[in-house]
Amino acid sequence: MIIELGHYALVLTLATALIQSVLPLLGVRRGDRALVELAGSAATVSFLLVAFSFAVLTFAYVTSDFSVRNVWENSHSLKPLIYKISGVWGNHEGSMLLWLLILVFFSALVAAFGRNLPETLKANVLAVQAWIAAAFTLFILLTSNPFARLVPAPGEGRDLNPVLQDIGLAIHPPLLYLGYVGFSVCFSFAVAALIEGRIDAAWARWVRPWALAAWTFLTAGIAMGSYWAYYELGWGGWWFWDPVENASFMPWLAGTALLHSALVMEKREALKIWTVLLAILTFSLSLLGTFLVRSGVLTSVHAFATDPTRGVFILAILVVFIGGALSLFAFRASHLKSGGLFAPISREGALVLNNLILTTATATVLTGTLYPLVLEALTGDKISVGAPFFNMTFGLLMLPLLFAVPFGPLLAWKRGDLAAASQRLFVAVGAGLLFAAAVYYAKNGGPVLAVLGIGLGVYLILGSITDVALRSGLGKVAGSVALRRLLGLPRSAFGTALAHIGLGVTLIGIVAVTAYETETVVEMKPGMLVDAGGYSLRFDGVRQGRGPNYTEDTGHFTVNRGGVKVTEIWSSKRLYSARRMPTTEAGIRTFGLSQLYVSLGDEMTGGGIVVRIWWKPLILCIWGGALVMMAGGIVSLSDRRLRVGAPSRAARTARLAAGAAE
Amino acid sequence: MTRKQKRLAIIGGGVGFLMAAVLLVMFAFGQAVAYFYVPGDLAKAGLAPGTRIRLGGLVETGSVKRGDGKTVTFSVTDTLATVPVTYTGILPDLFREGQGVVAEGTFVAGSPVFVADTVLAKHDETYMPKDVADRLKAQGVTLGGKENIQ
Repeated sequence: MIIELGHYALVLTLATALIQSVLPLLGVRRGDRALVELAGSAATVSFLLVAFSFAVLTFAYVTSDFSVRNVWENSHSLKPLIYKISGVWGNHEGSMLLWLLILVFFSALVAAFGRNLPETLKANVLAVQAWIAAAFTLFILLTSNPFARLVPAPGEGRDLNPVLQDIGLAIHPPLLYLGYVGFSVCFSFAVAALIEGRIDAAWARWVRPWALAAWTFLTAGIAMGSYWAYYELGWGGWWFWDPVENASFMPWLAGTALLHSALVMEKREALKIWTVLLAILTFSLSLLGTFLVRSGVLTSVHAFATDPTRGVFILAILVVFIGGALSLFAFRASHLKSGGLFAPISREGALVLNNLILTTATATVLTGTLYPLVLEALTGDKISVGAPFFNMTFGLLMLPLLFAVPFGPLLAWKRGDLAAASQRLFVAVGAGLLFAAAVYYAKNGGPVLAVLGIGLGVYLILGSITDVALRSGLGKVAGSVALRRLLGLPRSAFGTALAHIGLGVTLIGIVAVTAYETETVVEMKPGMLVDAGGYSLRFDGVRQGRGPNYTEDTGHFTVNRGGVKVTEIWSSKRLYSARRMPTTEAGIRTFGLSQLYVSLGDEMTGGGIVVRIWWKPLILCIWGGALVMMAGGIVSLSDRRLRVGAPSRAARTARLAAGAAE
Repeated sequence: MTRKQKRLAIIGGGVGFLMAAVLLVMFAFGQAVAYFYVPGDLAKAGLAPGTRIRLGGLVETGSVKRGDGKTVTFSVTDTLATVPVTYTGILPDLFREGQGVVAEGTFVAGSPVFVADTVLAKHDETYMPKDVADRLKAQGVTLGGKENIQ
């Protein structure tokens, strides 16, 4: 019974969403306050309905109600509780419901916290949000109903894919969706602005916190997914340029560009049209990502063609929303007046460069991701576009951006002084080069590109600190004055610095792992020793064990350094009983920022076992950098200037003046 | 600079960068992508030695041989033709005889042996990578390995 109620709540959601997509727009046209105000309540009701529906599905999973087809397909009564819950979104239907839940959650947030938005803008934004919600609710109801029953009910479920039974994957999709779907708010703001035909700096100030929050979540989601792939798949890789990964990476790149262009719009009223376009494109890429992952088109164009309902439906949503928004943009963009002039060398110029490079890089990733699909559909040839392609294109294109990053905050708005900025970065450049030389010396040579890459990372970190240090007057004024000035700096200055530092840290991690990791594949018998990364691993043997829903063989290794025992590593292979599916649970030990990574292979006749041992130097920097970037996002979000709502014109002018004086 | 010149400078720079990006992408497509083949395609494909490809098919039953512990040899077949493959490293968890596999690597000049540097057995519970399943179906091979469908 409760299951049917959950289903019914979804039907009601569709009705509510339809009301919310039409009536507020009418209200705005006719000046009917009641209809305009309806948007907020409808958004709240939608959220409550979907939340109820989601809770019902979760309840079915927790109580292992195998009369629900979705639960039977993806759960098992012996599964630990946490994976019963995460199983809710570990499958197509449930993950779409989560997608919808987050969408209506954001709408409800706009309704709750948008008190200082102009009433008409808020109503328009919520109406656009409701179009998206209606489309996806319809999609779930028609093609992916998670509440479908199974008669008669089977006694036991088929279990969740074992590689998904992991804490990393329990958190990864919600974070990723918070990011993906968060950009829907920016999209709705953009479309609402186009409908109204009016846009100003205040618009950017309302959009930026949403973009920032979505970006922060997306950063977390991508980093989490990357770390999950690293430790769960047992291949020791942290990024595969897999289409599914690219699907989340493209909105991140475009969202990063959006954050920066919205900054220009907020401060200088320039780049308006471009910012609106970026807001549309960013969410379009999120939709595209949803389509790529959910339609089955990635595994094969033919898989998509054989079971087309879902794919075609999402494709239709994609075409209607992207096409509609872009057409609206084409009709209305000329109405938006562009403002603020600036010289090519200026803060704005630097941010334009950022946007140019980021969008071009996004386009290359898009090309690399879609080209195999297009080629297969047209000629039937199957190709794989992998890391070599993306390293050559994306990697090379991003290089100038990495070098330019510290310059941005050091240039003045309107007209900047490149020579002065270079002078200020002298220390950072010098330190980067010195560090590179030191690494070169310490490693007895080694690949020059890698050494320079690490130097570039150091320069990025120090260059980002330079800005904050200079603004506090460090070294020029007394320490206490500098400290006071430092604490008085707007939070967003620290946010910027942190995000850029994080980029540098991630870069160092990527370069170090790529250039200096070692991999040893060897057949080991108990008692044998293998060296990796300055440590010596002794294999002590394999013992068998049993978990709640799997059996496992665990290899035991003792790690010694200079003859002294440092730690132990357990690495295992599991066999999940319900699906008879093997997985690798790699043994990982952290030493500072580096890791030893051990995975087991096949047992050989004669008692040996194939073992793969990696030394991953500084690998934690990759995700640590992402954490620092997220910290930057959070610090920026806490900036007072973003939280203060629609300011009066006078206050805004004063703030603009203050912004110009910075 | 006048407004026009500023705009020209920005647009010119942007277009230049975009052109560079397009050229780079086209160059990379020529260099860094691997085509997918099944063994039966290879004879008519006429590959130059050293061309990077993905080879897909079934792991021939009884063909898996372990060498000195690290190197494994096996044969990939699509029932029309069979290609011997060598691979050094740990095979993926889901690799097994009689089931689908995709190996990425090159043919060494003057040898029929395919040297794989990556072996993928990433697929769904029907134990068949989609690429392989499509091609084998197209050639009329009946697919087994549905043991997990209840």
